[in-house]
Amino acid sequence: MAMSQTRVAPKRGDEHDVEYAVSVRDVSKNYGDVEALKDLSLDFPRGQLTSILGPSGCGKTTLLKIIAGLLSPTSGEVEVNGKAVTGPGPDRAFVFQDFALLPWASVIRNVAFGLELRGVARSERESIAQKYIQNVGLGGFENSFPHELSGGMRQRVGLARALSVDAQVLLMDEPFSAVDEQTRRKFQEDLLSLVQQESRTFIFVTHSIEEAVYVSDQIAILLPRPSRVSEIIKPTGIRNKGTDDIRRDPEYLDIVDRIWASLRSYVE
Amino acid sequence: MKVLGYQLPGMSSLILWGLLWEIVGRLGVTFFIPPLSEVFQTLFSIIGTPVFLKAISETAYAFVAGVTSAIVIGVPVGILMGKSRLLDELLLPWVNIFLSAPLTALVPVLMVLFGFGMKSIIIITTLFAIWIIILNSRAGVMQINRSLVEMAHCFGASPMDAFTKVYFWAALPEILGGIRIGVIRAVKGVIIGQLLISIVGFGALFELYSANFLMGHFWAVLIVLFALAFTISEFLAYLERRVRYYASER
Repeated sequence: MAMSQTRVAPKRGDEHDVEYAVSVRDVSKNYGDVEALKDLSLDFPRGQLTSILGPSGCGKTTLLKIIAGLLSPTSGEVEVNGKAVTGPGPDRAFVFQDFALLPWASVIRNVAFGLELRGVARSERESIAQKYIQNVGLGGFENSFPHELSGGMRQRVGLARALSVDAQVLLMDEPFSAVDEQTRRKFQEDLLSLVQQESRTFIFVTHSIEEAVYVSDQIAILLPRPSRVSEIIKPTGIRNKGTDDIRRDPEYLDIVDRIWASLRSYVE
Repeated sequence: MKVLGYQLPGMSSLILWGLLWEIVGRLGVTFFIPPLSEVFQTLFSIIGTPVFLKAISETAYAFVAGVTSAIVIGVPVGILMGKSRLLDELLLPWVNIFLSAPLTALVPVLMVLFGFGMKSIIIITTLFAIWIIILNSRAGVMQINRSLVEMAHCFGASPMDAFTKVYFWAALPEILGGIRIGVIRAVKGVIIGQLLISIVGFGALFELYSANFLMGHFWAVLIVLFALAFTISEFLAYLERRVRYYASER
């Protein structure tokens, strides 16, 4: 079996600053008396897709929002490209579970909205938006409004918006959980080619084991109460297979089984 | 409404009530109710007269000024209350008190403070309209989808951008709903002001006609006023529906 697997060992030192786009170090987050995250450390390799997988209530989204700068940790710190995170920044972009589109704005304005907030001139931001609308497969829908699109298409808008701000790190919070199964599969295939095309770091929160194994270069498994990283799995052997072959690959099936075995006791 | 299988156009029940009015008027039951046809004749005869035009322009001026200041002050205050916990705690009790208070009782106080002129009328109009506008804007901002707020924050929106590009538009259906109800209340405010503070505009006409038992004139002016209030309210309701359509998927 070509699966490599490492126990959690928080990595420190300057030599990793180049290798890792994002480093989470000893982060804890308390809500009152509840410990949502406890001394969590995790590194995200540059240019790869890392998924954060775990049962519901394990603090996946909390961790992602701390990396985004939307929440501040109770203790510990997050570094993006070697710089400590103090709030949201242009080096990170977020893809929301419920899309978070402006319902009164057309697709192109929604996609260009991040650039609009940065003060990029209209013609320039619309030509950038245009490019990413094509990239996510929404060409021809530039002037449609979100309520005219299906759930899957809306999430493509959300994805194009995150891509067009040219952030090095893309944070995706269960981006496919609100779309139907078939759309989701198409999305997963598209995401794989996107990761290869764009040299960006993807951080992907999901509760679907199959999805995590299918799309990830690295899977961090979080166990709840309080959350910690229990295991990091790198499904390296199946990454070079074609999109159609992955789901039939023995390594894929083995990893899915193994993850389920370690998670099943935490699922009510 | 359907009668004998025919679809009647909207508000056709008004024809029935108009007929009833005409019959009661022709029977001469009371001088207070002249026939509707007479009222409309009077209406057309007075509508172009200088007295009427002066009245309608005075009323419109007080109304527009009152409603404008209610919107210009009310909407930002409501949005800020929805966004700031502190401001909300400070202001909400007062807004609720004034919303339900009988504002007519404040008229003497306003007359002492601001005199007997147009100023007091505009202020009472504003006071009638502003509270529901504040309350609705506040409610509109508070129901904004949380991830939309996070989105603005994430993509680096300045506070000003967040207000003008996200919060305002996301709360627009509720804001317009508040403005519509506020405008209806402002009609009340402006007439009460013109009757109680200084006898100008439509208030003066009501006073004049009812004191001289010119019931035809009295009803004619009242119909004009009702029609105006109804038209404005329907126009705002139409805007609200259009906006709600775009904002349906929040």
